[in-house]
Amino acid sequence: MKGSGEEGQVKLLGASISPFVARVRIALALKGIHYQFVEENLQNKSELLLQSNPIHKKIPVLIHNGKPVCESMIIVQYIEEAWGNKAPNLMPKDPYDRAIARFWAAFVDDKLVPCLRGVFTSQGEQQEKAIQESVANFLILEEALRTNPCSSGKLYFGGDEIGFVDIALGGLSGFVKALQKAISSVLIDEEKMPLLSAWMDRFCEANGVKEVMPDPAKVLEFISAMRVKFTSPPAAK
Amino acid sequence: MEACTEEEQVKLLGWLRSPFVTRVRIALALKGIQYQFIEDDAENKSQLLLQSNPVHKKVPVFIHNGKIVCESMIIVQYIDETWDTKAPNLLPKDPYDRAIARFWAAFVDDKLLLSIWGVLVGQGEKQQKAVEESLANFLLLDDALRASSCSGNAYFGGVEIGFADIALGGLLVTIKAIQKVTNTVLVDPQKMPHLCAWIDRFSEIDLVKGILPDPVKVLERVSSQRAKFTSAGN
Repeated sequence: MKGSGEEGQVKLLGASISPFVARVRIALALKGIHYQFVEENLQNKSELLLQSNPIHKKIPVLIHNGKPVCESMIIVQYIEEAWGNKAPNLMPKDPYDRAIARFWAAFVDDKLVPCLRGVFTSQGEQQEKAIQESVANFLILEEALRTNPCSSGKLYFGGDEIGFVDIALGGLSGFVKALQKAISSVLIDEEKMPLLSAWMDRFCEANGVKEVMPDPAKVLEFISAMRVKFTSPPAAK
Repeated sequence: MEACTEEEQVKLLGWLRSPFVTRVRIALALKGIQYQFIEDDAENKSQLLLQSNPVHKKVPVFIHNGKIVCESMIIVQYIDETWDTKAPNLLPKDPYDRAIARFWAAFVDDKLLLSIWGVLVGQGEKQQKAVEESLANFLLLDDALRASSCSGNAYFGGVEIGFADIALGGLLVTIKAIQKVTNTVLVDPQKMPHLCAWIDRFSEIDLVKGILPDPVKVLERVSSQRAKFTSAGN
């Protein structure tokens, strides 16, 4: 068994189907950082998880030499900064490019994720509205991919290599694909969003990513089970 | 007349009563950066604003040598990284400490803001729930400050104000106004002594004093928001 070496001891508390955990696993894989993955049972969270993230009690939690870091994109920035000398750089060097990367990662978390959550948990008119908003947000991301100086004409949001925004959005790929299947509706339309479509395929096939993406069958199973729970008819009053 | 210096190419678009604009103004003042403040109108947003921030159409918008940065805490990080040789550092050097600073700033934006907004626009049971959540969130912040002070730090990050202090500090006048308008106590001096001490300390910093918005204007705005959300239709 490998020693912990220079990296120190790195543990990741998470669940393999979680898109937020996927983000962190991708960052660790790209940087070639060895870690122990601890699969949490979200119905029965471990003492370690509850102590490491007492405020949110959520996964992922990265524990580096005993110190916990929480919130997926904060963990990704931490990985980038703590292993700053290890290629590749997940963030650009230039402060302005970094601000743009942070902007789009924040867009994914603050605008897109809540809409997807809405699609996931609602039905009827509410769901229809959430679908429309999700599609609108994906269209904005399509435009960003097309026009941002960092990404225009390049393979990824981050340029020639996967970067911060790619990780933020790409981590959700498994979830988005399964959600489309579960609701029998397309959120990323190949015709309307050619760049984003191609980007997602490319991202999912990339080294470092494909090995850690959640099992699509398990994600679909999870979503389908959750949807039954969220959309069961209310008990008669 | 001086030739165009770096400072002359720094613009901040916003309105003074905004807690988010306040955050950026504090960061700029801490770094001693000269800038042009362009007052915009929330009820009648300028073309410049709509073009500079087409995705969110919100303030603050920071324009440095023609380059546009949006989202208050992203702007604060940009300021810190661009003027990295100008003291003070708004984020600590150590990656772990930076992660903690970002965590608390995110907590303010993702949890606290949501709960106090719920108090402002809610009524009845919904508002009561938001009050409880806000109290719980402020208690967590109080506890974080207690831990900081155990390490000899007067502020979230250290002996000087930093990233998380700016994130919360920008909201202070707004928080007071929300309590007044809704007749609630969200920051309880008895239960949150560390938070209240931090609030006093933060508000008394000369540089901050000159920047915190006019409480009257903020109260006006907060009142009208409550009226808008709680009128007709309930």
